[in-house]
Amino acid sequence: MTATLFDALLALLLVWLGWRTVVSTNLFNAVVLFVIFGLLMVLCWARLGAPDVALAEAAIGAGLTAALLLEAYRDLTGNDPHHVHDVEDSPLRWPLAALCGLLFLGLVATGWQLAPPTELGETVHARVAESGVENPVTAVLLNFRGYDTLLEVAVLMLALLGVWATNGPHATLGSRQTLDPDSALIDAMVRLLVPMAALVCSYLLWAGAHAPGGAFQAGAVLAGAGVLLHLAERLQPLGTASTSSRALVTVGLFVFVAVACYPLVYGGRLLAYPDGQTKALIFLVEAALTVSIAHSLTLMFSGGRAFQRGRR
Amino acid sequence: MAVLDAFYHSLGWLWLVLGAGFFLAGTVALIRFPDVYSRLHALTKADNLGLGLICLGMAWELGWGRQSLKFLLIWLLALLAGSVSCHLVARFALRSGLGPDDPP
Amino acid sequence: MSQLTLYGLAAAALFALGLYGLLAYAHLLRKILAVNVMGNAVFLFLVALGRTDPQQTNPVPHAMVLTGIVITVSATAFALALARRLHREVGAVDLDAQSRRGEALDSTQTEESGKS
Repeated sequence: MTATLFDALLALLLVWLGWRTVVSTNLFNAVVLFVIFGLLMVLCWARLGAPDVALAEAAIGAGLTAALLLEAYRDLTGNDPHHVHDVEDSPLRWPLAALCGLLFLGLVATGWQLAPPTELGETVHARVAESGVENPVTAVLLNFRGYDTLLEVAVLMLALLGVWATNGPHATLGSRQTLDPDSALIDAMVRLLVPMAALVCSYLLWAGAHAPGGAFQAGAVLAGAGVLLHLAERLQPLGTASTSSRALVTVGLFVFVAVACYPLVYGGRLLAYPDGQTKALIFLVEAALTVSIAHSLTLMFSGGRAFQRGRR
Repeated sequence: MAVLDAFYHSLGWLWLVLGAGFFLAGTVALIRFPDVYSRLHALTKADNLGLGLICLGMAWELGWGRQSLKFLLIWLLALLAGSVSCHLVARFALRSGLGPDDPP
Repeated sequence: MSQLTLYGLAAAALFALGLYGLLAYAHLLRKILAVNVMGNAVFLFLVALGRTDPQQTNPVPHAMVLTGIVITVSATAFALALARRLHREVGAVDLDAQSRRGEALDSTQTEESGKS
């Protein structure tokens, strides 16, 4: 009974936050409310029995997206929350609202009749032992549906290329007012948090095989450390890509493709890992993915194409 | 022995309720105080203490061992992040010229 | 009310709200926020739908949502970079500004061709 009450309260809060995010006139409030929405989603995932998703949402959704949005907010508005810039909102607000209300009813009506699919889940649980890992989500991500993950990594790289292309050669990097980096407290925080983030990243990567965790969560935590280093001016973004930066960004995709093609060598099919080597291959792929994801996400945040040691 | 157990568990619940109470106090302060500095002061202190009590209550109820060390680590990390953010916000407010009793 | 019903209703409401935000507001940052809200609504629905048996979780929607979260953050980063570039080039943050600038360019071009 209390569990249902808690779920109801959570669901209600989520909808309220989503509503306020969309209709707030103050843009800064909208961004902050969206970050809080992300954090409440983490609670939802925990309630729905999805700890891997909760970890990923906490690191990526509530952490990195928040940093990206706040930075974009600062660049687009110059910190003026009511900045309007003669932007006119659509005059069709009320008809649109009515249409969206109809959509809501339609979604509820359709969703009500959906039979929850269980067949795939049972198949996965029956054959988890064959996949080389014990965590069923990791098994699905890196073994049973390896194609999806392979293409996802390619999409991440494409997004990074897109960011590089839009930034162009005259990107105004480093012309930003960062945190005041002379603070001794920031020094202490960086010294404590970055090694700890590296430790947590390694733990998540290793634990992904038998407990909630995995490459994406680990990569996101490391990217968080990278963002911290960038903001504290320990890492300086550069305008031209260096060999090491290109290598770090692409190593995940290359290793995954290599491991996928490896069975072709002796007549197997793509991504059909040979028995007995699955665990090692999966770990290899995950380690490469972690490094790639962390570097790509940090580069996407900073807008640069490589990093060098900062002035501090 | 049952009495001792009951006493033990009610103490555990006391820590959790007190922790929630501190969070509530901090949130009330966030809403009611007039300026950035007093809000920061109340919020950071109340939230850190509240989190400490909640972590204590969780460790109390769920058993002492490796788990409770994780709770301690969580509290220390949150303490670090909270204090540094408070410091940075206060510094930024000071440098922007916000004085005490100025509405943020 | 089961968890599926509660979270399913919330997901449907969030999707409708996100769509409204995407269509009704012109500011690009608002549109990006609205699309993110819609994405989160879809993920919520997927996972809630997979939660039939509290004992044994269905890992397939979890994996799909994980993939979705990573792709959402990549797409958001790209969209924000595009918005920032538009702001740098044209100085405005809505798509109407781009078409206004296009119209201004067109009118100056017709003036020049009219004179010559």
